[in-house]
Amino acid sequence: MKKSVYINSVGSVSAQKTFDNSHFLEDIFNHNDTVLSIIAPDYREYIPPAAARRMAKGIKMSTVSAKTAMTEAALEENEIDAIIVGTGLGCIGDSEKFVIDIIDNDEQFLTPTRFIQSSHNTVAGQIALGMGCKGHNFTYVHSVISFESAVLDAKMQLENDEANHILVGGVDELVDHHVDTHRLIGHIKQEAVETMAVLSSGTQGAVFSEGAHFFVLSNEKRPSCYAELLAVETYNTLSQDEVSEKVALFLSKNKFTLDTVDVVILGNNGDVEFDGYYNELAKGIFKNTCQAYFKHLSGEFDTASGFGFWLANQILKHQYVPKAVRLNSVETTSPKTILIYNQYRGENHSLTLLRKC
Amino acid sequence: MSELKQELKEKIIEQLNLEDVAIEEIKDTDPLFGEGLGLDSIDALELIVMLDKDYGIKLADPKEGKKIFESVETMAGYIAEHRSR
Repeated sequence: MKKSVYINSVGSVSAQKTFDNSHFLEDIFNHNDTVLSIIAPDYREYIPPAAARRMAKGIKMSTVSAKTAMTEAALEENEIDAIIVGTGLGCIGDSEKFVIDIIDNDEQFLTPTRFIQSSHNTVAGQIALGMGCKGHNFTYVHSVISFESAVLDAKMQLENDEANHILVGGVDELVDHHVDTHRLIGHIKQEAVETMAVLSSGTQGAVFSEGAHFFVLSNEKRPSCYAELLAVETYNTLSQDEVSEKVALFLSKNKFTLDTVDVVILGNNGDVEFDGYYNELAKGIFKNTCQAYFKHLSGEFDTASGFGFWLANQILKHQYVPKAVRLNSVETTSPKTILIYNQYRGENHSLTLLRKC
Repeated sequence: MSELKQELKEKIIEQLNLEDVAIEEIKDTDPLFGEGLGLDSIDALELIVMLDKDYGIKLADPKEGKKIFESVETMAGYIAEHRSR
């Protein structure tokens, strides 16, 4: 018999002040830009300077996020059986520098630090080194379903009792070259948009950002528990017409109906070209359901859905939907079930179902 | 020689990302590894590449490094004697 999977703790570093778990979106940082940097914690409180000096931004963000989740779960480091990370671009900052060094120095004089940090699995590796975790260590790199792939792997291992506690996360960092190229191809909005006006911008492209979100998933419920993870599914391609049917099928497979979803969290990013996928659900099968969105707060990046996952957990724990994420006026008094739907530019769709525990 | 020592201190801080260390905090005879600056084996590799790239010095025997990288003073002495650029 499959075991239940619980999300026992959360950790987040994002474009909002989310690194402190004692607050839940009480004060929204109003950005007015096309690219948002994270609101960074004081890294010295989490990472010894000697270790931090070689860490890229993505590793620092992830270390803080992972440590926050570990502290909240109140688990000893040696109790973690696996570390699974999803990332779209890995430590792309050091990858870029390493490649530039190769070109500039004619393949000579390559230094070790940037090489060590230039791979996608650096984050999972560094966290494991820091914790002394010699268990399963894996990194999923699959565009905007990287995070969901990591969550799915953890879920299956926990359900089958192959592990008891798994640290799961998603991370991506912003770097200049990545921003420049995506601006050039029109994937980033041309003009600055205020945080609360992202959805009504009426323009193409998204506001880009970065962040790290980590969670301790276990097959036992701990006092810190946020929610039960019921199901995750990903789809590489879906047409707009198929989304409602897929959602209904997904819910039905998990013995839920549309009416039993209390809150639906959508990954709208204000790109008029692709928000139609979300509008299809918001104006269709979920028009009478409380709707929330998050990418105006988190910005868009390959693992932005980690912020959506963090939001769903916080809503279930605090039992309210903050005003800043409300997409419609349908009220819900005690949310028990949340569905998250995410996609980027019409590809790599994911559905995640959580229940209050 | 004092100019070279100053230059080395600047390079060490910049290339090894010693953000919390000021140039004046590094004494010429301070040990670079262990108790002094606390550098490690990855830093040693960074320093070997720096010698090659900036001063044209290739260390044929890595064991030499232990003596050369003892302090800024020993590094400066070795560079002054062997540099080709």
